[in-house]
Amino acid sequence: MIEIDNVHKSFGELDVIKGVSLRVNKGEVVSIIGGSGSGKSTLLMCINGLESIKSGSIRVDGTEVHAPGTDINKLRQKIGIVFQQWNAFPHLTVLENVMLAPRKVLGRSKQDAEEMAVKQLTHVGLADKLKVFPGKLSGGQQQRMAIARALAMSPDYMLFDEATSALDPQLVGEVLDTMRLLAEEGMTMVLVTHEIRFARDVSDRVAFFRNGLVHEIGTPDQVIGNPQKPETIDFLKSIN
Amino acid sequence: MFSTSFTWNDFLFLLQGAWVTLLLTLGAMAIGTVAGVLCGLLRALLPRATLPLSWLLDVFRSVPLLIQFVLFNSLKSIAGLNWSAFTVACIVLGIYATAFCTEIVRSGVLAVPFNLRRASRSLGLTYLQDLRYIVLPIATRVAFPGWLNLVLSVMKDTALVMWIGIVELLRASQTIVTRIQEPLLVLCIAGLIYYVMSLVVARLGARLETRWQEND
Amino acid sequence: MFDYTFHWRAAYKALPDMLAGAWVTFETAALSMVFGVIIALLLTLMRQGRNPVLRGFAATWISIARNTPSLFQIYILYFGLGSFGLHVSSWFALLAGITFNNAGYLAENFRGGLKAVPDTQLRAARSLGMSAAQAYRLIVVPQLLRIVFYPLTNQMVWAVLMTSLGVIVGLNNDLTGVTQDYNVKTFRTFEFFALAAVLYYLIAKAIVAVARILSWRLFRY
Repeated sequence: MIEIDNVHKSFGELDVIKGVSLRVNKGEVVSIIGGSGSGKSTLLMCINGLESIKSGSIRVDGTEVHAPGTDINKLRQKIGIVFQQWNAFPHLTVLENVMLAPRKVLGRSKQDAEEMAVKQLTHVGLADKLKVFPGKLSGGQQQRMAIARALAMSPDYMLFDEATSALDPQLVGEVLDTMRLLAEEGMTMVLVTHEIRFARDVSDRVAFFRNGLVHEIGTPDQVIGNPQKPETIDFLKSIN
Repeated sequence: MFSTSFTWNDFLFLLQGAWVTLLLTLGAMAIGTVAGVLCGLLRALLPRATLPLSWLLDVFRSVPLLIQFVLFNSLKSIAGLNWSAFTVACIVLGIYATAFCTEIVRSGVLAVPFNLRRASRSLGLTYLQDLRYIVLPIATRVAFPGWLNLVLSVMKDTALVMWIGIVELLRASQTIVTRIQEPLLVLCIAGLIYYVMSLVVARLGARLETRWQEND
Repeated sequence: MFDYTFHWRAAYKALPDMLAGAWVTFETAALSMVFGVIIALLLTLMRQGRNPVLRGFAATWISIARNTPSLFQIYILYFGLGSFGLHVSSWFALLAGITFNNAGYLAENFRGGLKAVPDTQLRAARSLGMSAAQAYRLIVVPQLLRIVFYPLTNQMVWAVLMTSLGVIVGLNNDLTGVTQDYNVKTFRTFEFFALAAVLYYLIAKAIVAVARILSWRLFRY
């Protein structure tokens, strides 16, 4: 379970998150929607400690993420994240990209890591690209590789930070399909996304962020199908 | 207390040496820039036909400058030419600068996007007009930082001409050292002069560059 | 006009000695690169760090190395250190001078290389649970190596060419030194130095060729 409690975050003078509380239960898929600069991506970075927070608390399975004594590297092993810019490691093949962390961080043997990597890459439909360097792949393929890379650590949670925003329109579908598959398998997921229809399909709950706050939250049918607040209505109109 | 036999006259002597350094740099860069732009254009526009030229120029970049000085100097004597050491130094440094300038100009010209040239030709500009009004102005801006670096490196390389008997800044400092036996002080002053000259050239170049950028 | 007969045979006879000199030249250059890279890495770290004294030290080193002639740097080490009662051999002054120069230029290259590896790479590595040290070792440094490989090769060629300056402070067993010795004995300046030029050229080309093969094997992407 991810428990976010009254979190504040600022970059210098600029307050980007102004007291967000959110709870993500095991097996739940929560989508975060909202305009740019609403603090939604920053919140994801805070969940696995890539960004610090000013006040409040974030707990993952009861462990305080931002407490000084927390072994953050250990914690990150169970929180996978997929970035908007997929961040493939260009100097490693697709297989090596996925094998690296299980071997070096989890200390798996080469065979185990390779077996796991092949399994995950097959899962995302890249079984025929094992020996290829990421530079030779399309954006959609690189993003699916990034998903496999995160999954190879057997995480309990997956965070998606606008995973399809940087992709060409015709490549969005393949990545969304992969994400949908994960959701159906029961992975606990937090997605920041602009794909409203997708969010409506896969999410258990949707949160609309505005000005660093959760403005409206509820089931997809409530928030997207029948929004109550005028700002939510405006946002949904603007995005269609 | 600190006392030294370094006199005001010694300092003037060093400045004279620095003047020679500057003149040499100027002469070498004049040769190097004109020849470099020519060769660079040829290399960029006729890459196949001028391949041997690039091999030749590569030789000047792969042999120590000191050896080039000695070789050219002795060649001059063999040919019985009565050139001054200064002329020899200018020519050798000039060819050396040409070798580098050619590469700088070439990559500058190649950095002009092909579509841009196609666009200018589509407007009815002739090949030469396209070169004159589109390619060269853009290539100049791309190549300028590299050219400036070349000026700085040639200025430092002029120090080697002492080997063929020209009294430039470093040689001047050595002469003084031999007389007053205070190597550290004299060399530090000489180094400071080099440093200041480099800094001034770099600053002037940077100012020129920002002015160009403002116009963009 | 050409009232001169070339005596190439004398030069050929000197070839074994000159080859031995070429080896000294190569060795000196290689050593100066090894030390240069190590010092350049330290300078890069100092410049990234917070300590103002170390930052100033690194900035001063880099700036002097880049803005004064390498011959001057060798001079200072050869004659200048004498003022402190430290009398070093001409070979040591040469090695130290080139190392000083290499370190300054390479530190600048390393800084540029670090900038060229995006921060997001580090972030992605950390998100997989790698420690900062692991992320640098496994992700950042290998990419940095590729970026600085070409400048590194260039600097090695430069180092070889710079070793020829040793003769000015009295070095007599490197390629230029040996050549100069023969020149003084026989006055066949052109022949000897032409042969030396050929040898320098070959060394430079060999370095470039080896580097190219190495880069094919190292950087498959």
